[in-house]
Amino acid sequence: MMRAMMINVNGRTVQLEAAASVRTLLEELELGQAACAVEVNKRLVPHRTYGEHALDDGDEVEIVTFVGGG
Amino acid sequence: MPSTETPPTTKTLPAPSPLTLGPTTTRSRLIVGTGKYETYELMQSALDASGAEIVTVAVRRERLVDRDGRSLLEFLDTDRYTILPNTAGCFSAEDAIRVARLGRELLEQIDNAGRHWVKLEVLGDKKTLLPDPVGTVEACRELTADGFAVLCYTSDDPIMAVRLRDAGATSVMPAGSPIGSGRGIANPANIAIILELLKDPAAGGESDYPVIVDAGVGTPSDVTTAMELGADGVLLNTGIAHAKDPVRMAHAMRCACDAGYHGFRSGRIPKRMYATASSPWEGVISVIPGE
Repeated sequence: MMRAMMINVNGRTVQLEAAASVRTLLEELELGQAACAVEVNKRLVPHRTYGEHALDDGDEVEIVTFVGGG
Repeated sequence: MPSTETPPTTKTLPAPSPLTLGPTTTRSRLIVGTGKYETYELMQSALDASGAEIVTVAVRRERLVDRDGRSLLEFLDTDRYTILPNTAGCFSAEDAIRVARLGRELLEQIDNAGRHWVKLEVLGDKKTLLPDPVGTVEACRELTADGFAVLCYTSDDPIMAVRLRDAGATSVMPAGSPIGSGRGIANPANIAIILELLKDPAAGGESDYPVIVDAGVGTPSDVTTAMELGADGVLLNTGIAHAKDPVRMAHAMRCACDAGYHGFRSGRIPKRMYATASSPWEGVISVIPGE
């Protein structure tokens, strides 16, 4: 078992293996195929870089999508 | 449903000319929201009936639990509609800029034509949903510098409208009245002044600078009023989505938009204090009081 880290995703605490990538997080959450956009610590993570963007312990992650709105 | 080209009543009425909004050109001058519908299916039918080619959406957190498996994008034909993401719910320039960038990222992923623009809202207060003017100007400037075409929600304050145009807004979108209030065009004189300042060359405007009335529209006559004042388009959501029959209302809003468009361009008669008879006085056989 690799060392674990805790990150905050959309206001909830999620445990991941240390240095997991954004892509790994999305797959864990079954959002790998979903149209969504990701921010880590209030900075946008372009989807092309999901695989290489390693998360850190304590990171604040937002995963968003489109909903109905005016 | 026929396309926007020809209203059903006549074959001679010219179709409204296309409206250019920064990187996008649309044949429909109605922009409609996708919020507040009872079902996605009802939304689809109402969007279709409205004739709109541009639809607004909001950016929100993915639901990590209790996900129902249905998402808005499954019900929006992204080849048909240009998606205009909003920054609704943002109360600071910083948050609005974050949300705008997240929206652009989403649109790039789905390769939608809306990926270069945003409907900017920086709100000042949750009860009125009136814009924060300072934050709106700040965000407008920064997003414009970041390459966005900014369609900017604002109040009906004419000076604010000029400031936003000067800050780089692709279109200024004054509210008719507070969002979702259904109070219509509360201050037509202010909208008229905004249109003059932004569109009349004699007042420092440009005739093709787009001004869209956004928010507060409750009825088809509100849409017509805005268009008769000379607005380039109308953006609305609740007026359709919360009508008892949203599809029928969407169609009515579309007709109203065309009516106002043609009405404005037809050159209305001046208002007078007293009557002017439509039938000739000459040949009248009756006794006219006072003559």
